[in-house]
Amino acid sequence: MTELLVIGLNHKTASIDVRERLAFPEGGIERALSRVKSFPSLKENMILSTCNRVEIYAAARETEKAIHDLKEFFSQYHEISLKEFEKSLYTHVGEEAVRHIFRVASSLDSMVVGEPQILGQIKSAYNMAVESKTSGLILHRLLHRAFHVAKRVRTETKVGNSAVSVSFVAVELAKKIFGTLEKRTVLLIGAGEMSELAARHLVSGGIEKVLLTNRTYERAVELAQEFRGESIPFEEMNQGLKKVDIVISATDSTHYLIEHDQVAKVMKDRKQKPIFFIDIADPRDIEPKVGDIENVYLYNIDDLQKVANENIQDREKEARKAETIVQGEVVKFVNWYHSLEVTPTIIALREKFEAIRNRELGKILSLYPTLTEKEKQSLEAMTSAIINKILHDPLTLLKQTDEEAMSDLYLDVLRTLFQVSEKTLGESDTEKEKED
Amino acid sequence: MVESLAMNIHFFKFASFLYLFGTLAYLSYIIFLKDTLSKIAVAVVSIGFAFHTLALLTRYVEAGYTPVTNLYESLSFFAWMIIGILLIASLKYKVKVLGSFLTPIALILMLFALALPKEIFPLAPVLKSFWHPFHVIFAFLGNAIFTLTFCCGVMYLIQEHQLKSKRIGAITKRLPPLNLLDDLSYQSLKFGFPLLTLGIITGAVWAEYAWGRYWNWDPKETWSLITWLLYAALLHQRLTVGWRGRKAAIMAIVGFLAVLFTFLGVNLILPGLHAYSNW
Repeated sequence: MTELLVIGLNHKTASIDVRERLAFPEGGIERALSRVKSFPSLKENMILSTCNRVEIYAAARETEKAIHDLKEFFSQYHEISLKEFEKSLYTHVGEEAVRHIFRVASSLDSMVVGEPQILGQIKSAYNMAVESKTSGLILHRLLHRAFHVAKRVRTETKVGNSAVSVSFVAVELAKKIFGTLEKRTVLLIGAGEMSELAARHLVSGGIEKVLLTNRTYERAVELAQEFRGESIPFEEMNQGLKKVDIVISATDSTHYLIEHDQVAKVMKDRKQKPIFFIDIADPRDIEPKVGDIENVYLYNIDDLQKVANENIQDREKEARKAETIVQGEVVKFVNWYHSLEVTPTIIALREKFEAIRNRELGKILSLYPTLTEKEKQSLEAMTSAIINKILHDPLTLLKQTDEEAMSDLYLDVLRTLFQVSEKTLGESDTEKEKED
Repeated sequence: MVESLAMNIHFFKFASFLYLFGTLAYLSYIIFLKDTLSKIAVAVVSIGFAFHTLALLTRYVEAGYTPVTNLYESLSFFAWMIIGILLIASLKYKVKVLGSFLTPIALILMLFALALPKEIFPLAPVLKSFWHPFHVIFAFLGNAIFTLTFCCGVMYLIQEHQLKSKRIGAITKRLPPLNLLDDLSYQSLKFGFPLLTLGIITGAVWAEYAWGRYWNWDPKETWSLITWLLYAALLHQRLTVGWRGRKAAIMAIVGFLAVLFTFLGVNLILPGLHAYSNW
């Protein structure tokens, strides 16, 4: 019987360095999908590759073999020895795999829990699998359920509503000041992980243009390339202040780079257009008094952190609600998955009974060649009714059993008692696939 | 005659009743932020507006003149225009909380009007003028738009205070972005100001017919001039110096207080030519 599995790594288990090396470039995914498909150990597969996670979802014919094959595939495809990343990999099988994708789609497993982009990324990963014909019955159903769960989590909880990271708070504040971020410009002063992250969030929030400046001009140029922005010399920072809407400052300067009187003057040139300063530096880059000027909003890293912390508490409550939704949906999916397993058994069982009936009926009919057409039909109907009546109760019980352990047991007993072999099951399974 | 007279009052009362529910729905929306509530609010207020329109039409047919001649009629007309502006603004800008601010104001005007005498009297000779209805319609349309400007100003000041004092929470979440509020405030000023100007000009023309002089310096005229000057100053500062945000919001609030005083205060406190009826 096929089994669902996911193997991969994410921001929690692997460093950005490892993630980058194992990521699949968008153009290469199609090829990767069909290469994975060629492994006989699995039937269906889908590749999800974002900057925070790289995962392969699969319906495996032989679970252990498939896990091994996929690990080898990661290693060969990216030309990295397995040893370098094996401890970053996680593998979930069966119910755990279902729970995993439901949580990922609902953004409960994201670096910033509740961020909405992951759903879109999963959708395009799924579309690619559909186009490459590497997804089948099981992944179709799994993904559609995952989208459904994500929608429920989004509408029934407030998980996505609050900004819980400093950079998201910055984006939210910017939106409360400027409305939409389209056509807005941000100036990045200095470089650092935090400020780059904030800038990246602003860009994905819709910011149109990024200006950069740094004491060492080369570094500014380098960063500008990364953001597809524009670098300006450090001495011309004031010119930049006149043009931009948002300023993120993160230098290691020991004195204020931006002072009250300077900004007051800039504001006149700006015709009082609002400006949002984000001071990420420690010690501060921007004189706190700057925040007193009209139409100037100044937040430092601690202010942002405070807002984020308040939101985290709200969000944790909502995340617990979301986990409950996920759990309920996992149970539903597993039940469905199970019915898949039951169905071939039933088919095989019916086929076996039918074969017996035909054989015995054939014997009788050849013994009494004088039977009328009507009598023959009666015999047909009677034998058929006997089979149906005998099978009715056990099959009903089997279909209705919700508890996995019990139905597994019943299936096992049925298979053993009636000698319905795995081979027969496998055959009817492939037939079913052809029908799809 | 008596029956149809009752008709416009019935419509008016029913409209007030619906506005009450609309207001409650809008206030629940701003508390719970459930989209269903805002949809209910818009629906109920729209139906209320339809009945209010019926009330005005039946009264027009009944009285035989544009029903904007006494305080009851004026309050009703003012409230009708405010709701109309709200419905238009809700279509254009998707600022749902606007209703949470505008409907209570309209509701208060309606309740105030309900407490006043509502009989239809023969039109006073001085009001029998081609210009009078235009004067009142322009003036009130301007005032209704300034009510919107006022609400934007109030929301702006609250939101700005939250952002400046770094208290980011329930209130920040509920109020629109500063930029949007400032923009809406400016847009409404650009519509309201010409209407107020037209209202004053048609008023002067009417005064010439009624009293033989364009301008009599009676308290209403003086105060409407003050109001006009305040808004003119605001518009000028916005256009030339680039006033925006806080200062513009405060000015919009001051301007609206002048509007209210010109409309109500003058009638109730200061005697003059405009006090043509007791109410």
